[in-house]
Amino acid sequence: MVNLEMSNDVTVTLPRIQERIPTVVVDDAHVVYRVHKGAAGNTSPVAAFKRMVTRTNAPNVRVVHAVRGVTFTAYRGEAIGLIGTNGSGKSTLLRAIAGLLPVEQGAVYTQGQPSLLGVNAALLNDLPGERNVTLGCLAMGMSPAEVRRKLPEIIEFSGINQRGDFASLPMRTYSSGMSARLRFSIAAAKQHDVLLIDEALATGDKAFRKRSEQRVRELRESAGTVFLVSHQLSSVRDTCERTIWLESGEIRMDGPTPEVLAAYEAFTNGK
Amino acid sequence: MANLLADPDSGLTPAQLAARHGLRVAGERPSIGAYSGQLWRYRHFISAYAHAKLTASFSNARLGQLWQVLTPLTNAAVYFLIFGLVLEQSRNIPNFIAYLTTGLFIFNFTQVSVQQGTQAISGNLGLIRALHFPRACLPLAITATQFQQLLGSIVVLLAIVVATGEPITLMWLMLVPAVLLQTVFNAGLTMVVARLGAKATDLKQVMPFVLRAWMYGSGVLYSVNLFAENLPGWATAVVQFNPMLVYIELARISLLENTHLLNDSLPLTWLIALGWAALAGLGGYLYFWRGEQEYGRG
Repeated sequence: MVNLEMSNDVTVTLPRIQERIPTVVVDDAHVVYRVHKGAAGNTSPVAAFKRMVTRTNAPNVRVVHAVRGVTFTAYRGEAIGLIGTNGSGKSTLLRAIAGLLPVEQGAVYTQGQPSLLGVNAALLNDLPGERNVTLGCLAMGMSPAEVRRKLPEIIEFSGINQRGDFASLPMRTYSSGMSARLRFSIAAAKQHDVLLIDEALATGDKAFRKRSEQRVRELRESAGTVFLVSHQLSSVRDTCERTIWLESGEIRMDGPTPEVLAAYEAFTNGK
Repeated sequence: MANLLADPDSGLTPAQLAARHGLRVAGERPSIGAYSGQLWRYRHFISAYAHAKLTASFSNARLGQLWQVLTPLTNAAVYFLIFGLVLEQSRNIPNFIAYLTTGLFIFNFTQVSVQQGTQAISGNLGLIRALHFPRACLPLAITATQFQQLLGSIVVLLAIVVATGEPITLMWLMLVPAVLLQTVFNAGLTMVVARLGAKATDLKQVMPFVLRAWMYGSGVLYSVNLFAENLPGWATAVVQFNPMLVYIELARISLLENTHLLNDSLPLTWLIALGWAALAGLGGYLYFWRGEQEYGRG
């Protein structure tokens, strides 16, 4: 029952909004992965064909139950931090909210189309940064004219051209920080109803982190809800007023950031 | 747990709360009409992605996009050596070089589309799990890429056809509808294997066999008359309806002067070509759309 009182506190800290409008409702969601473990057992074409005919699964498939019955409601204007140890199901939950991974059981309801922006958003590494910006923007549903208008802005924001003209070089030549910055900049170029950020702020240097935190604040004001997955507790503390702590695919705690972070820190230090 | 009610103030269950504020189920499959509309809005993405893939696939090769033409040519040279010179197929066919290259280039268009189609979803999971767009963009982009490749090959093919002594006739124009029908057929087939390949990762291992058998059944390398001569009647009738044989024959009729059809009548051949394009195109699209919400799972 403690949780309910906490979420009531959140209402008090948001005086701008009279009626709380939900943007994401997660109702007892379960997400299950099927992972191929790779070469194990008979991988010859004949065996493969036999499996297809008999419609049996390859012997090397393992089922991973990553999210186990998560329920919460997020409201417009909220920024919610998602924390938890590695493998606790944070990223999987974000993908389920984004509608990219189907839930096995339960339901996820969202307003509009949530956008996930993560460090593993794969772009084409053989292509120059500029081309990837164009491609990424088109994939988010922008029109070509809009893309042309936004392109210089995005390159500028990402700061990849600070060390010479990197925008025209293939992305495989970028450092991991640079490509993460470019991905964040692409995704942040659009207005989102619900924005899901997966560790994107953790990479990049201090100056970029400042800029991106500023951008997240802008997006929050103009749009709906922001989810932030991070191991960097400081960035959760700076951007989110509510935090959900996931452990082994279940919600361990849901409430105002300072309290949840304190409990989480006690938990991780005590280990 | 305190999670039974989503909103403590209103006392609604999560589903009721979602319904009251007009929230929709995340990742819900749109209706076929809405899906087609989305796809149309993403046409720029499809063409940009197809172009990007084409550029990227040759970016590490020094000869670059020249391989687009060199690969089928080298293939044709190898097959000419074996089937033309060693097995002496050229005896029965007036212009064997042109006959062979036409068959190879047309078949190659479908072959590569299908091969890459099996990976359209499973090879792009990163993109699929990161961004929201109608997934049919991916198989369609593959078809578009291969279509661009084909255009390059056709220029080479026409040069070969003329160089081997075929006249330039109005019949050449027939190549346009033939190739367009094949493209629709390919798009549908690519969508089918894309969905199959998303679930059954084994498909990638089996596909080379299927495609090779298909190639031998399409009269690419030898005279199509061999089917009529050596197969029992019903088997020949089945081969006559092989879509690839039909598309290759249509291309051969338009480009080559002396060529035999396995099918007796040209209108029937066109009808089969049209039928396959409609069946594969529509059926493949519907089949792919029905799996739309599953593709992120891998």
